[in-house]
Amino acid sequence: MTEAQSVIVIGAGHNGLVCANYLARAGRKVLVLEAASQLGGAAATREFAPGFLVSAVAHLLHLLDSRVERELGLAGHGLAYAKTALQTVSLSAQGAPLSLSEGEVRSGELSTDDRSALRAYTARMQKFSRLIARMHQRVPPRLHFQSWHDALPAAALALDIRRLGRRDMQEFLRIATMNIFDVLEERFESAQLKGALALDGVLGTRLGPRSGNSVYAALYRGSGSVNGRPGALALPRGGMGAVTNALGAAARAAGVELRLDAKVAEILVSNGRATGVRLVDGQQLTADAIVSNADPKSTLLRLLGARHLEAEFARRVHHLRATGTAAKLHLALDGLPRFRGLAPEQLGERLIIAPDLDYIEQAFNPAKYGEYSARPVIEITLPTVHDISLAPPGKHVLSAVVQYAPYDLKAGWSGARAPFQTAVMDVLEQHAPGIGAQVQHAELLTPVDIEQQFGITGGHWHHGELALDQFMMLRPVAGAAQYATPVDGLYLCGAGCHPGGGVMGSAGRNAARVILGGH
Amino acid sequence: MLARDHFRQAVCETPFHPRTAALNQLNLWHRWRDYTVADAYFDVGMEYNAIRNSCAVFDLSPMTKHLVTGADSLAFMNRLVTRDVAKIKPGRVGYCVWCDDAGQVIDDGTIFHLRPGVYRLCSQERQLDWLHSSAIGFDVRIVEETDDVAGLAVQGPTSCAVLKELGLTGVETLTPFGLRDYPFAGGTLSVSRTGYTGDLGYELWIDPQRALPLWDALFAAGAHHGIRAIGTLALEMSRIEAGFIQAGVDFLPADRAIRADRTRSPFELDLGRLVDFSKPNFTGRRALLEEQQRGSRFRLVRLDVEGNKPAKDAYVYDPHRRNIGVVTSSMWSPAAKASIALASVKMPWGAPGETLLAEIYYQKELKWNRFMASCRVIEGAFFDPARRRQTPAADR
Repeated sequence: MTEAQSVIVIGAGHNGLVCANYLARAGRKVLVLEAASQLGGAAATREFAPGFLVSAVAHLLHLLDSRVERELGLAGHGLAYAKTALQTVSLSAQGAPLSLSEGEVRSGELSTDDRSALRAYTARMQKFSRLIARMHQRVPPRLHFQSWHDALPAAALALDIRRLGRRDMQEFLRIATMNIFDVLEERFESAQLKGALALDGVLGTRLGPRSGNSVYAALYRGSGSVNGRPGALALPRGGMGAVTNALGAAARAAGVELRLDAKVAEILVSNGRATGVRLVDGQQLTADAIVSNADPKSTLLRLLGARHLEAEFARRVHHLRATGTAAKLHLALDGLPRFRGLAPEQLGERLIIAPDLDYIEQAFNPAKYGEYSARPVIEITLPTVHDISLAPPGKHVLSAVVQYAPYDLKAGWSGARAPFQTAVMDVLEQHAPGIGAQVQHAELLTPVDIEQQFGITGGHWHHGELALDQFMMLRPVAGAAQYATPVDGLYLCGAGCHPGGGVMGSAGRNAARVILGGH
Repeated sequence: MLARDHFRQAVCETPFHPRTAALNQLNLWHRWRDYTVADAYFDVGMEYNAIRNSCAVFDLSPMTKHLVTGADSLAFMNRLVTRDVAKIKPGRVGYCVWCDDAGQVIDDGTIFHLRPGVYRLCSQERQLDWLHSSAIGFDVRIVEETDDVAGLAVQGPTSCAVLKELGLTGVETLTPFGLRDYPFAGGTLSVSRTGYTGDLGYELWIDPQRALPLWDALFAAGAHHGIRAIGTLALEMSRIEAGFIQAGVDFLPADRAIRADRTRSPFELDLGRLVDFSKPNFTGRRALLEEQQRGSRFRLVRLDVEGNKPAKDAYVYDPHRRNIGVVTSSMWSPAAKASIALASVKMPWGAPGETLLAEIYYQKELKWNRFMASCRVIEGAFFDPARRRQTPAADR
C-alpha cells in the first residue's frame, strides 16, 4: 500500500474526528473539512431556541468505543458525563410505569416469573452483544480470501461463536436472524415489559417488532458499555456535542487542521485515483488519501459519481437501504413536565412510550406504506434534569426520538410536519397532561430535515439500515466493507461502514488502521 | 414496441417472415431470442457460396438493439464499453465489448453513432438490465428497440452492385464501418458497411412497415447478381472463416456464468485492441489493468487443423499431451480449403506459430475413430479477401 502522507477527511462527525485523530497520531498530515459551522455532524449540541441547547440527533451515549475514549484521552479533552446508567422507564397512560435497568425491575409491577426471565434474558443478550462488540473492533473479513491474513477475522468470529458454549451458541445461531417479537413472546408475560424490550430492536431502524433483523438490531444496541457497565446509557455533560468537541480538541492537539464551513462539492479523481476535493466555493485541495465520513451514497454516488465506479458496484451502493424512519422532536419547556405515575426523581431517566408489542407494530405499519404513525413510539430524555447548562434557569429541554416518520413519506413532508407534530404532542399529552401548555418552542426534525441539515442520504442515523444483509463484510456493500473503496486513495469511515451507527467511533478507528496499513 | 399481449404468442415472426417463409423450402427454423429464423432455405453449401461468390441476404431483425440518448450518452457509452467511444464519430459504427466489474466479457456488439450523441447498441444478448444498472448516475435514456428496427445483412462480392441497382447512389464510397441514410419508400433506409461474414457486405436497417417493400426491391435489384436468402448455418460458416467470436459459443457471457473460471476477459478473447486504458474509467478497468500486469489465464487461438475432419468440441493438447484447452468453433472451410477451429487454451500456450494437438472424434458408418490432429496457431482471419476493405467497393 502506498503510504498516504497527507489526508483529507470529509466531515467532522464523530467517526471522521476519530479517524483524523489516529491518522494524525501516526504522523499523517490531516485536514478535516466540515460543511457545517460546528463540529460533530449528527453528534452535536445545538441551540434550537434562544438559550435552549439539545443533542441534535443522537441524544443518548451508550456505544462509544471504550478504546477510543481511552486512547484519545477524551476525558482529558473535556468529556464528562452528566449522568451514567440511566434506567429505562416504560410509561403507561393507565397504569404504573415500569422501570428497568441491568436486567432488574426498579419500580412497577412484574410477576416473579417475568423477573427471573428478565434476568436470564438480559444476561444472555449481554453475552451475545459482547460477541458483536468484539466484531466491532475488527476490520471485517473479505468474502474472497486472498490470503490467510484476510481469513483471520472470519476465523476469529467463528471461534468467538464457538466459545459461547454449546447451548448459547445454538441459541445465538437460532435467534440472531429472528424477530424480536417472537423472541420476547417465548419468554415473557407482561405486555409492558415486552414493549419496553422490543423498542431496542427497532429504534433508529426501519423495522417493526415482527421484522427480521430486529434481534440483531437489539444486540447491536446493547453492544456498548459506559464506564465498564454493559448496556448502560449515559448523557454527556453539555450534550452529545461534548463527545465531538473532545474529539475535536484531541485532534487539534494531535495536529489535525479542522476547517468549518468547508463543504465538499466533489471528490477529484485522476487516472482512477482520488487526488483531492473541490469545495462548493470552487477551491481545490489535494491529498494523498481522501477519507469520507459522509454516508456511502453521498460519498460514492454524489461526491465521487458513479462514473468513477464499476457498474455492479455502483448498483450495489445505489440499492443500499438507507431510508430513515426516526424523527427528532425538541421541546423548550418553561418547567418540568409531569408524567402520569412518574416520581419526580425518575424524570431524568430514559422515558419510553412503547406500551406493548402491538402498539409498536401498529405504529410501524403506516411506515411500510409511506405514511407516518398517528400514534408514534417515543423515546424521551430530559437532559436538563442532570445538566442545567442546557437551558435558562428553571427551564427545561425535552429531547425525543419519534417513530415512525418515514423519509419517503408518500404525501411529502411539507404538508405533513404540522399534523405529525400534533400527533406526537397528543401522545405526549396523554402521558404528561399539560405538557403542551409548557412548550415555549418546538423543533421537529424529520428524516428529510436530517438529510438536509446533516447531509445524511435518507436521513438514516445508521447511514444504512442495520440488517444482516448490510452487515460486516456486506457493510455498506461488498467491495467496500474493509473501508477502502474501489477507487485508490478513497476510504470510508462513517456509520455506513462496519459496524454501523450510534456514537461509537469504531468505524473511524478501524478505517484509520486500514489507511495506515496496520490491520 | 411489442403489443401488450405479446406473451400470448410463444415465438414471434420477423417483419420479413412472409418472404423468408415462402423461400424456406426446407422448412428449417430455430429460435433466435423471441423470433423464429431460418437455419437454411435450400442448401447450406449453396447459401454459403452466395456469401463468398455473389450476394447473400440474411434476416437479422432479431438482433438486440438499444437506443441510448441524453446529455450523458457519450459518457455512459464510454463507461459501458472498453474502447474509446469518443473516437466513433457520427455516421460511424464501432465493434466493442463490455465487461462486468471483474473485467469479464458480458457480450460483444456494435455501436452505431446515428446522430451526434445518439447511439444504437446492437448485441447478441438482451442487455436492458445491465444497461439500466450502468445508467445509475448518468443522464441517459435507454430504449430497447429490437422490435422497432428491421434488419437485413446483404453480404458478398456483388452486394455493392445490388445496392446500387436498388438506387443507393454512391454506396460504393461507404468505408468499412461507415453508416449512411437513404430515402426509401417515403421513409429512411440506413445502410452500414458492417457484417458478420468477413466479406464485402452491408447491413440495412429500416422501420418494420417498410420491411417487405425493401425485401422485394432488393431481390428485384439482385436478380442478375446471384442474390439468395441465407440462413444461420451458412452465416455461421462465414463468421468462423472470418475468425469472429460468438457469445454463448466461444465465450460464456459473464452474467450467465456461475463458475469464475468459465468467463473470459477481452484479452483472453484476443480483443485486447478494444481495451483503451487511456480513456476515463469504464466497468472492468481496474480488473483489466490488474490482468495486464498479472497476465491472462487464457488465450483465444485460431487453429489450422491437419486433415479434413472438423475438430468439433475437441480437447486441445500441447506436444506433451497435456490438456490445455478446448475447441469452441470448428468447420471445414471451403474458402481456406482447410479444417479450421477457434479454441480457448490456457496461457502460456497458443503463441502464433506454435503447434498443438486436437483430439478429433469422427464417425464412419457408425464406427467412431479418434485422430490426434496437429494444429498450427495462425494469426488473423482464415479468410480475409481484399474486397472486404476496398473502397470504393467493387460495384459490378
